[in-house]
Amino acid sequence: MTLKNDCFRLGASELMRIYRDMVRIREFEEACPALYSQGKMGGFLHLYSGQEAVGVGVAHAMHREDFMVSAYREHGLILAKGTPPGPVMAELFGKVTGVSRGKGGSMHMFDAERRFMGGYGIVAGHLPLAVGLGFSILYRESDEVVVCLFGDGATNQGVFHEAMNMAALYKVPVVFVCENNGYGIGTSVGRASSVEQLYKKSCAYETPGSRVDGMNVLEVYDAVRQAINRAREGAGPSYIEAVTYRFRGHSISDPGTYRSEQERKMWKERDPIPNFSRWLIDQGYAGEAIIQGIVEEERALIAKAIEFAEKSPDPDLEELWTDVYADA
Amino acid sequence: MAVMTCREAINQAIVEEMERDSSVFILGEDVGLYEGSFKVTRGLLARFGETRVVDTPIAEAGIIGMACGAAMGGLRPIAEMMTVNFAIVAMDQIMNSVAVARYMFGGQVSVPMVIRAPGGGGNQLGAQHSHSLEALFLHCPGIRVIMPSVPADAKGLLKSAIRSEDPVLFLEHEGLYAVKGEVPEGEHLVPLGVAHIKRRGSDLTLISLSKMVYVCLEAAERLAEEGIEAEVIDLRGLNPLDMTLVMESVARTGRALTVEESWLTGGWGGEICARIVEDGFDLLKKPVLRLGGADVPMPYNRMLEQAAIPGVQDVIARARELF
Ligand SMILES: Cc1ncc(C[n+]2csc(CCOP(=O)(O)OP(=O)(O)O)c2C)c(N)n1
Ligand SMILES: [Mg+2]
Repeated sequence: MTLKNDCFRLGASELMRIYRDMVRIREFEEACPALYSQGKMGGFLHLYSGQEAVGVGVAHAMHREDFMVSAYREHGLILAKGTPPGPVMAELFGKVTGVSRGKGGSMHMFDAERRFMGGYGIVAGHLPLAVGLGFSILYRESDEVVVCLFGDGATNQGVFHEAMNMAALYKVPVVFVCENNGYGIGTSVGRASSVEQLYKKSCAYETPGSRVDGMNVLEVYDAVRQAINRAREGAGPSYIEAVTYRFRGHSISDPGTYRSEQERKMWKERDPIPNFSRWLIDQGYAGEAIIQGIVEEERALIAKAIEFAEKSPDPDLEELWTDVYADA
Repeated sequence: MAVMTCREAINQAIVEEMERDSSVFILGEDVGLYEGSFKVTRGLLARFGETRVVDTPIAEAGIIGMACGAAMGGLRPIAEMMTVNFAIVAMDQIMNSVAVARYMFGGQVSVPMVIRAPGGGGNQLGAQHSHSLEALFLHCPGIRVIMPSVPADAKGLLKSAIRSEDPVLFLEHEGLYAVKGEVPEGEHLVPLGVAHIKRRGSDLTLISLSKMVYVCLEAAERLAEEGIEAEVIDLRGLNPLDMTLVMESVARTGRALTVEESWLTGGWGGEICARIVEDGFDLLKKPVLRLGGADVPMPYNRMLEQAAIPGVQDVIARARELF
């Protein structure tokens, strides 16, 4: 992979923040399995390790007031959008200090303030929601945009096509980002989709589609920023397929036997984080010590987040009945 | 008799029916190569091959619609929905195609298909994966609704469902897959629509199905210590609904309590209570009572989730109100 910074010419501080955010996500995710086996968390746990370059490339191309909507593999995305690790970890612990007050869990995080508009567990169910958010932007005559992330598997749902058509029809400012990690649970893309190059699926709606290397954070950034600019200028939706890989099983309980050792090894070599840090060093943005220092700082931050989650209280039992309706 | 889990009993029923009838096939997400997300379809792909064990894209409406068409074309599909919350993505196909086809076309066509879907709470899966939605389907004429609680019934009911000329929604509970029990070998058929008395009692009738049967049985043991003998009925399904057995029991006990995991409001307990009152008001010593899941989207937090699902203590407390 070649990392290139000649499109938007990001400054050193932005590049270092990109690195830090990817490290933060990796440290967060890799802390989870042990906590899960200790019974601190329940339910499903879909980890983002390996896909950091997509979420971080996307988030850095967005403005703070832009909306992000995603599927259930979203710990990394909400962190990339700027939510501190403490409330994200607390949500996994089911605590009242969690981003969804302990009611959502791993798959259903939300941060209204940072415009992270939810993690959703019904595959592709959130795509029309992104169209609606986009519609609200046009309606309010505002200049925000929406970025909607989903997996390769989602592109086979009927509602994906409904959303793509409506987005193009109403020219909403939405960027669709398909995180193609090669599999929907144990089913490879080629066994589930008649079209393997998923970026081609938008052409039926005359929406520009492109494919980027999802392990290359700068390539993701460039493509998403261009698409966002286009949306902000009123030119309508676009669709980006980011080719990536999840380093772990589909969820914590998946041994992942359907993927060969060789395949996993090949993708491990393309790990977006060490590749980016090597590039930062080669280009003279940072020395070894700074790179290592960032890892240690982020590790400490995650340790604090775990402590925060641990010490936070469970919701009161009365919370079972709150927020079903507006007035209660 | 062999002892096996519900998971294995369901698997055995599918294998036996596929061996017996070449028109039976299974389709669904990850049912083949991955052997099912709950490992119910283990070994099927190796045994029957890709034509009869079909891995599908994530496309529930497509899967159910395709199964419906295949059934109209002379096959007997078993469509697996990974959980029942995803089956509602296909609600249009279920209610507007599968359930109505025979009637709407004047009896010219049959849709002999089974939709298998696990559901239920208790695993902290939150508001998009944990509901018990049987009441939605009970509301709809034209489709059978079956819910086993023990391995023997899981096998015998599923075999009957596959052979039925009607479409059958076969709802499994995620919390019961690992439960073990004796299962008769070979041709073991349990007819659809016949309830079963799990425990005899003279003072009160507890009416439930699926995982709540276990909760009722435990509550009944505890109530016995207080001198209350509860009869526990496992409905084993909601359509056909075996009101004959329910009314016989209520005639003996004079008291009835329905116990369901689904949302109480609009749940099946209300339907059963209404029928008891309509047909047997004079049999009752006390008004019929219902117990059900909290009328809230399922919360993630473990304590909140446990509070949303009826437990043994809840059954005991509600039962005491009848005395
Ligand atoms: C409507 C629906 N069907 C099935 C599922 C079960 N399920 C959860 S994740 C998943 C695979 C999704 O794959 P993909 O979209 O590629 O996302 P990834 O997990 O790879 O990030 C499936 C089938 C679901 N959550 N929702
Ligand atoms: Mg995928």
